[in-house]
Amino acid sequence: MATQALAPAARGYRSGLYEWVTTTDHKKIGILYLINSFIFFFLAGLLALGVRVELAQPGLQFVTDQTYNELFTMHATAMIFLFIIPILAGFANYIVPLQIGAPDMAFPRINALSFWMLPLGGILLFLGFVTGGTAAAGWTSYAPLSEDAPLASPGYGQDLWIMSLVLVGTSSILGAINFLVTIFKMRAPGMSLFRMPILVWTMIVTSVLVLMATPVFTSAVIMLFIDRNYGGHFFDPATGGDAILYQNVFWFYSHPAVYVMVLPAMGMISEILPVFSRKPLFGYKAFVFATVAIGALGFSVWSHHMFTTGAVWLPFFSLMTFLIAIPTGVKMFNWIFTMWRGKLTFSTPLLFAIGFLSMFLIGGINGAFSASVPVDFAVHDTYFVVAHIHYVLFGGSVFGVMAGFYYWFPKMSGRRLNEGLGKVQFVLMFLGFNLTFFPMHQLGLAGMPRRIADYSSASGWQDLNVAATIGGFLIAFSMLPFLANIFLSLRSGEPAGDDPWEGNTLEWATSSPPPPYNFDRLPEIRSERPLFDARHGRIGH
Amino acid sequence: MSTDAHAVTTTTEHSPVAGLPHDARGGIGNPVLGMLLFLTSEVMFFAGLFAAYFNVRANAPGGIWPPLNPETNEPYFLQFLPFVLPATVLLILSSFTAQFAVWAIRRGDRTSFLRNLSVTVVLGIAFLVMQAFDYALLYSEGITLDSGTFGTTYYTLTGFHMAHVFGGVIMLAVVLYRGLGGQFSSRHHDAVEASSLYWHFVDVVWIVLFSVLYILPGSGH
Repeated sequence: MATQALAPAARGYRSGLYEWVTTTDHKKIGILYLINSFIFFFLAGLLALGVRVELAQPGLQFVTDQTYNELFTMHATAMIFLFIIPILAGFANYIVPLQIGAPDMAFPRINALSFWMLPLGGILLFLGFVTGGTAAAGWTSYAPLSEDAPLASPGYGQDLWIMSLVLVGTSSILGAINFLVTIFKMRAPGMSLFRMPILVWTMIVTSVLVLMATPVFTSAVIMLFIDRNYGGHFFDPATGGDAILYQNVFWFYSHPAVYVMVLPAMGMISEILPVFSRKPLFGYKAFVFATVAIGALGFSVWSHHMFTTGAVWLPFFSLMTFLIAIPTGVKMFNWIFTMWRGKLTFSTPLLFAIGFLSMFLIGGINGAFSASVPVDFAVHDTYFVVAHIHYVLFGGSVFGVMAGFYYWFPKMSGRRLNEGLGKVQFVLMFLGFNLTFFPMHQLGLAGMPRRIADYSSASGWQDLNVAATIGGFLIAFSMLPFLANIFLSLRSGEPAGDDPWEGNTLEWATSSPPPPYNFDRLPEIRSERPLFDARHGRIGH
Repeated sequence: MSTDAHAVTTTTEHSPVAGLPHDARGGIGNPVLGMLLFLTSEVMFFAGLFAAYFNVRANAPGGIWPPLNPETNEPYFLQFLPFVLPATVLLILSSFTAQFAVWAIRRGDRTSFLRNLSVTVVLGIAFLVMQAFDYALLYSEGITLDSGTFGTTYYTLTGFHMAHVFGGVIMLAVVLYRGLGGQFSSRHHDAVEASSLYWHFVDVVWIVLFSVLYILPGSGH
């Protein structure tokens, strides 16, 4: 048989766009996740500015009640389902296979499918603006508020909301399956479970939460869809249904979802703090067990969102909610003692990670307040709870996302972000965030309910609302140095090299950006810090 | 940091398991694990629907289940659906044939594999047809999706189950088509394992549904 060179399977050059639309490379899909999520972050941020502008003074100046309801509903829905959850999945998509030394995710084509459901779901959700009104019953869309005229939003908005979230939920579930199979089946030789980077551990727990909780949410909104469109009676008390049922199935997902939104961010700062403290993570195993404990407890606390319904067993759900503080507190000490006596380098990723620590601490403390039944009865549905969720999800997750972005951008692009602009962004965002959300504690204690477009000028709430509005614009303004930084760094940023931070984990062992197959060769894996071992000749092992 | 400082001793190619097919590396294959995880999420989806069913049933006015016809305020005339029992038997039988197909392909017996798989597909289709007849009968008795909590929960639960049977039939048909093309062997048959797991799941859901809808006694009559 004559020797003959094999023809390459792929047909040479394809356009960049074709390559990106059809890619199954986990790194490209990860970047698509990031881009898509940031687009919805900006859209949802604009909606939030609409809310803040309207609340800056008593009376209705700019929007109608209906439009206001649409603004806050779409703000929360897009932020949660199209920004925070997907952007964390996007980081994990890029980083997790690299950190475990795998060439790609276990199911690359399903990975692409998971991603492409997101823009589709987002478009469906926002279509409401051109079909006679979006969903307007809040991101929780409680029945019967979301079900029947005259309470329900006119038009198809609520149905689009349901279809969108079924798609986005399916995307999450497929992603979770992909992460779990990847992590359990595709680790490099030597990468035992207790040598995995913390981000990988948090993704295991997050994926289990998604896998067990998201389908219940899907069933909830499908029942809502049946009630709305086919005359079903699930949630209509007048015909034998049960409105509280919706809240139960909804929160059975949506409380674990809070951990889906924060655990990967915790994982990200747990990668960053050791690198910028030049120390190993303090208490690796304690951190892992705390993460697992949060995941497990997360399934037993959903009814703390329903204390005031009178339909839940208060002592149980209050106790379980307080218990969550224990593993969370363990993590706080992990992080603090990681930095303690470390050789700290105050680069932008560390600043955002410290921002996460301090803001998440406040979010945890006011969360513990809300777990206390008598306090919850007083602050339920007030701005106190709005402050709480933003300290957890913005002060926590978004600061974590920013920390991760500054940390891994050099790996993804091969270029470093500008430190000066990064610090300007951090200061603006930190100040803007606290100016926006800290006054909301006071507003809540003063009795201001959430989800109202108007308030009395005699209420005395205006000063704090003005402060919050100014803070909101400051947050928006902090996006300018961020975008400028990305733009300038991609054009002419300092080349990053393989390992700009002297990292510990495997993603820094390959080039920046990594080749499509990720690794030519891997360092020996003897601990959770294989690159540290390689640099320092495995001292102590 | 220069690359030579990363003391490179292990490469992916030198890994002791590199080059082995999945099933030879020990543990279950990626597609089978993926299917098991997917079924976990499916269980939770049905758990949500069952939670709704039991909640609505427990809250039925006057404790009467199925509730009275809201139009006439009298109990529905419910005759035992003629196809329920045979359909149940066929579906359970199909789980056995699906498993026989798996065992056959593990032995490398393609003839038995194809024969059992074909029977499974036919049984699945028979189940769907019988369910359709039962639906038609119930509908003629005035029980519809919007006729009350009984109709809503009944059609939602059995409807989603039917949709899963339908999906399973398609999945098995694709596996059958690929099997006819000779794509499976005793070493490479992850798709067969995974789709039979799915089929067993569909069967188990039906057994639970059957027990809850037809065996668990009604109340208040």
